[in-house]
Amino acid sequence: MAVEALPPIVGLPFESNYIRSIVRVSLSVSLTAVVLSTLVSLPVALAVGFTEFRGKGLVTAVINTGMGFPSVVVGLVVLFAVSNEGPLGALDLVFTPQAMVISQFVLATPVITGVSLAAVTGVEGSIRDAAYAMGGTRLDVALVVIKEARFGIATAVLAGFGRAISEVGSVLIVGGNIAYADGTAYTRNITTAITLEARQGRYETAMFLGAILVAIVLLVNAVVGRLGGGGRR
Amino acid sequence: MTIQRRDFLALAGGTATAGLAGCTGMFSGGEEESGGNNESGSDGGSIAGQELVLATTTSTYDTGLLDEVNAAFEENFGTPVQAISQGTGAALETARNGDCDVVMVHARSQEDEFMRNGHGINRRNLMFNDFVIVGPADDPAGIGGGGDAVGAFQAIAESESLFASRGDNSGTHTAERRIWEAAGVEPGGEWYLETGQGMGDTLNQASQQGAYTLSDRGTFISQQDEIEIEILVQGPVEGGPEILANPYGVLAINPAVHGDVNYQLAMSYIGFLTSPEGQQVIEEYELDGQQLFFPQALSEDPNFQQYVPEGWQPDDGEGGGNATGE
Repeated sequence: MAVEALPPIVGLPFESNYIRSIVRVSLSVSLTAVVLSTLVSLPVALAVGFTEFRGKGLVTAVINTGMGFPSVVVGLVVLFAVSNEGPLGALDLVFTPQAMVISQFVLATPVITGVSLAAVTGVEGSIRDAAYAMGGTRLDVALVVIKEARFGIATAVLAGFGRAISEVGSVLIVGGNIAYADGTAYTRNITTAITLEARQGRYETAMFLGAILVAIVLLVNAVVGRLGGGGRR
Repeated sequence: MTIQRRDFLALAGGTATAGLAGCTGMFSGGEEESGGNNESGSDGGSIAGQELVLATTTSTYDTGLLDEVNAAFEENFGTPVQAISQGTGAALETARNGDCDVVMVHARSQEDEFMRNGHGINRRNLMFNDFVIVGPADDPAGIGGGGDAVGAFQAIAESESLFASRGDNSGTHTAERRIWEAAGVEPGGEWYLETGQGMGDTLNQASQQGAYTLSDRGTFISQQDEIEIEILVQGPVEGGPEILANPYGVLAINPAVHGDVNYQLAMSYIGFLTSPEGQQVIEEYELDGQQLFFPQALSEDPNFQQYVPEGWQPDDGEGGGNATGE
């Protein structure tokens, strides 16, 4: 949708189809990774947030450390995993968009889990107690907490999306930055395309792609912010 | 809880959010596109959904030759080529992991080692161009106009003029080390900068810092409008010394070592590139009116050395499959 909304590019030294397909790869890979990551992160955040166990502090620390994990290292590890010589080699994932989804999933999950966990634990005990007192089951209480923590969780998803769509180190390694001869991107997303264009000295194209990336992040923030503003009333 | 809410809003950098709804909406849009994209990637128009993965050097990609050749291959065989452009060392490493089907590189010593280790098979000479020594117009080491690459490197080292090295085990880096060796210089010190990046990046950095560097002619031509350095020592294409020759080879990944590779398609690719049609595409590819690569595969005279490691002899004890046996 954001892709179709791009204005026709006239008089610029590059193909609009090339740019469109790059943006499409970025959006589809990062959105898929963030949705999958959210599906995993939320239950984990709720489970950790709701239960008391030995080593909970350690688990939280590990999650928070994961937020700052260097993306090139993630890329290397994922490459070794999906390489034909690696444990997942039979799935034939190396240099595919799916491999990019995996590495962005790994990068986004600690962010979404960590921020959601903070949001969930931030919900005041009195609200939980009230939900229990009103005869709620564990599920009911969880739903109440999610409702109370929804802004924090949304922030978490947003932060995960920001981490996923703007990182370049891992997707360059596992995706291979492939575009076909006709200029259709396969595993080339906005960030890897920027490194390539800069390498070739085509700074205009690189700058243009950079502007699109910033615009996407701002747009998502704005859309989410609008919804959030409505929900606050 | 209003307070907690504010905390999180602050965390978002003042952005109020209700992201799940928004993100799922966007996701469904993105997913449709992703589906379409994957189809065109694996099925659309290709032979029985086959894919050919090529690991190659930055120079073939950055000059634009690769798109030209691969478009012609796709037209003939209906299979799109997925090209990963790395340095020669990295491309061969990708191949060693069985992650590509065919490699096109330009460092004979590394190709030979790759074949000796059993990873590569059916190597062909593909094309050549040459390296040029480029540097700032004011030429602090005074190497301009000379036809002596080794002497130029010695002069650069003696005057300690800035030199930008690829430093990435690429074909160009391999050639550079060969020249330093011939010059009897062990490069190092503050004047010797390793960029660790592709040729394009390295040319940009050399231009900005007023450094000398060794470049393949193709990448230099494709970028000369953007940079402030010029050719100071020509390669053999323009009558320069033979040590600046830059031959490209293409070889298939050995399917007996890496069972997952698409060997038949790899051989189709090699077959196309070394055919009169493929060689013509290379011959006719021009940038700014200049031919960048010179085809080398067609010859009436047999050249057996292109199939084996350089200098290989049946009796040198390495040919496990040769007729004499051991």
